[in-house]
Amino acid sequence: MLAYIVRRILETIPALLIIITMTFFMCKYAPGGPFDSERATTPEIRKRLEAHYGLDDPVYVQYFRHLGQVLSGDFGPSYKYPSRTVNEIIAESLPNSVELGFYALLTALALGLTTGLIAAMFHNRFLDFAPMAIAMLGICLPTFVLGPLLILFFALQLGWFNVSGWGAASDRVLPALTLGIYYAAYVARLSRAGMLEILSQDFIRTARAKGVSELRILFKHALRGGSLPVVSFLGPAIAGLITGSFVVETIFQIPGLGRYFVTAAFNRDYTMVMGTVIFYASLIILLNLIVDIVVVWLNPKSRFE
Amino acid sequence: MKTAITTSANTRPSQIHPSLDQPSVMKTSKGKSLASGLMCGITIISALFLLSGCSGGAGKTSEVAGASMEDIENQILKLGNGNEPQGLDPHLVTGVIEHRIITSLLEGLVAEDPKDLSPVNDGVAESWDISEDQKTYTFHLREEAKWSNGDPVTSNDFIESYKRILTPILASEYAYMLHVVENARAYNEGEIDDFSKVGFEAPDEKTLIIKLNNPTPYFLSLLNHYSWFPVHIPTVAEHGPVYERGSRWTREGNFVGNGPFILKEWSPNEVIVVEKNPDYWDADTVQLNEIHFYPIESETTEERNFRSGNLHVSYTLPLTKIPVYQEKHPALLRIDDYLATYFYRINVTRPPLNDVRVRKALTMAIDRESIVSNILKGGQKPALSLIPPNTAGYTSEHQQEQNFEKARELLAEAGFPNGEGFPSIELLYNTLEAHRTVAEAIQQMWKQNLNISVELVNQEWKVYLDTQKNLNYDICRAGWTGDYVDPNTFMDMWFEGGGNNDTGWVNKEYEALVNQAAETSDVEERLGLFQQAEKILLEESPIIPIYFYTRVYAIDPAVQGWHPTIFNHHPYKHLSMQAPPESLSAE
Repeated sequence: MLAYIVRRILETIPALLIIITMTFFMCKYAPGGPFDSERATTPEIRKRLEAHYGLDDPVYVQYFRHLGQVLSGDFGPSYKYPSRTVNEIIAESLPNSVELGFYALLTALALGLTTGLIAAMFHNRFLDFAPMAIAMLGICLPTFVLGPLLILFFALQLGWFNVSGWGAASDRVLPALTLGIYYAAYVARLSRAGMLEILSQDFIRTARAKGVSELRILFKHALRGGSLPVVSFLGPAIAGLITGSFVVETIFQIPGLGRYFVTAAFNRDYTMVMGTVIFYASLIILLNLIVDIVVVWLNPKSRFE
Repeated sequence: MKTAITTSANTRPSQIHPSLDQPSVMKTSKGKSLASGLMCGITIISALFLLSGCSGGAGKTSEVAGASMEDIENQILKLGNGNEPQGLDPHLVTGVIEHRIITSLLEGLVAEDPKDLSPVNDGVAESWDISEDQKTYTFHLREEAKWSNGDPVTSNDFIESYKRILTPILASEYAYMLHVVENARAYNEGEIDDFSKVGFEAPDEKTLIIKLNNPTPYFLSLLNHYSWFPVHIPTVAEHGPVYERGSRWTREGNFVGNGPFILKEWSPNEVIVVEKNPDYWDADTVQLNEIHFYPIESETTEERNFRSGNLHVSYTLPLTKIPVYQEKHPALLRIDDYLATYFYRINVTRPPLNDVRVRKALTMAIDRESIVSNILKGGQKPALSLIPPNTAGYTSEHQQEQNFEKARELLAEAGFPNGEGFPSIELLYNTLEAHRTVAEAIQQMWKQNLNISVELVNQEWKVYLDTQKNLNYDICRAGWTGDYVDPNTFMDMWFEGGGNNDTGWVNKEYEALVNQAAETSDVEERLGLFQQAEKILLEESPIIPIYFYTRVYAIDPAVQGWHPTIFNHHPYKHLSMQAPPESLSAE
């Protein structure tokens, strides 16, 4: 097991290196630069700006400098927000995204697992089809439709919540629902599939034959194996949830990282792009690693594979 | 000021963020139960729609809550402000949204009249003298002007600030606003190192002399641009380098200003709160206690905030909401003229667009009235000249013609009778719904009136800018907002090699006229020169003016003193909150 973990960690090094290199060169060779705007700056000013940020150095010098910055964990100043550094921006906005992601994840698991379990228990009956059809709609209904719908109803119509913002504790409810329902739909379908697969196996039949109660079969024998597809899904899902959703953060005006992730690319804010991409990539790699370890722990079979 | 209309709109969310690999969706089940399940789901969703009043019925959600009594009593104004500001350092930022915040925190030599924005002695200078040749301005600063830390505002503060913005290594993008001053350009471009040679002088603490290159009739209004605002240099130095980027002096807790408000809170992407500055020299005039600037990027989110009473003035209004407000809340809808023009650039270096007859034919064959009344519907005015009417007393005498018959004749003269043999050309715009709609309409007009085919191409903002700069286009969409109220702000961009020309058009006669206007102090004569220059520009047609922008937004009736102004500036010390009469609040 330890050897496996070490090997996996070592594998991440070339993966990250490729991501850094590709991000860097894609930024560099995308048309337009951070200082292009509708009102052109004079050539003198542009030259000085580029000199200030070292953009006039040969590309390989810039590349190794970026690499050095990444290794030291200091991504430098943002080009778009001259008085702030990329690290500061990530540090300020990440906690909000993590908080939103956490609530959304809870929503997703609570709703999704329950629905999935019920559907599996009532396989091919109304209580299977109805929740699954709703889950299908949940997957199809994008957050930019669901979010405004929830706002219109719960905030503007009923006046229970603010239409947007992140100040009051109640401001977490609607965005967490919007984001959570989307993921809940996946969790429901995956947990149902996982449960059905397990429930059709011999050891479950044996348990049933021995007269074990249905609830005990479900929770004691089947859940652990049945939740495996959900666990594999959770790795990238958690990374996506806690680094923030551009759409949900924009709709609800949440000061999270997800918005910077997208606008940095639009602004050609090279350091910000590098910072967010590398941060996100490392997080995905790390979470996938954790998920793989958890899967091994949950599924004794895979220890022999 | 930087074109907010285009840049801020450009960063609006137009696509969803594909943030993770979606697992493949599993097989669907079959049978009657599936159908009833689906029905069940659809019912829930449609119930949400109906309850939310989406069906267009008279749902409660289309009502506007209005400003709360609490905000009115506490004199708190809440403004939508488009986007997160780049920063609050007047020497480093370049946008309109930054201007809106900075003018509450800092004050320049002169101030703007709240109704027409003309320069008035309501700023740091209580009076000024202008020399006979109109090249020397002597400002007398008021004794009582103070920084928020108690220091007096002196003429030296201004000179030190000008030195900072002109310092080459600071690379301020708006330093050129000061280039009207003697030797300012030379210092800014590193040709001279001695700042004392630049046309600023401080004979004593309260007198400031500024010497200009040319008589510049718009000089006083230029002073209202934030690039001319003073900063408290010791504070800048305390929090980082003075002459380089990276000082943290504008942060919450660090900011020292001389404006009517002081920075109370800056939560990025959330809110910026400024509160009344008790030490401001004219604090008695200031009625608002706080202004909250909300950087709400999404137009629809902003509009919902306005409806719920969380915002008192919105920054903009979604296109689809304009007719709704016109019908249901006309008193809350504001459409103000704005000093900006929407036009198309033509790449005059490419055939067949190098033929002036072709360019004129394209210009003549557009029905602008139809575009503004059927597509935009925001009170925009059709543009047949570049400079918006009545800009500092200037209204173009020459207008481009709109004549489909003549357009066909010109095209035939150019060798394309009935559009035959006309090569397919591309019309480029930056990716945005509104630009696409206008481009499609024009594409159709050209097809119908000239029988020529135009292909529409859209590019992401920065790619589009790059394509435009490198003249890699045939025709492309553009917009221009004046920096100051004077025709010159629209005229000096069409020079050979000018960073904003981007058409390949060169005309020495035009340049001579604009240069001559710069040196002319007689107002009438100067405007006459601009008339001649604009005539050349319009006849040569390197551009196709389409419409003059307006600013469309929603405003709560409780906001007092918010006059329609051409830059959407509203000097904050003249604003207040007051409970509206019943007739309005009942709306």
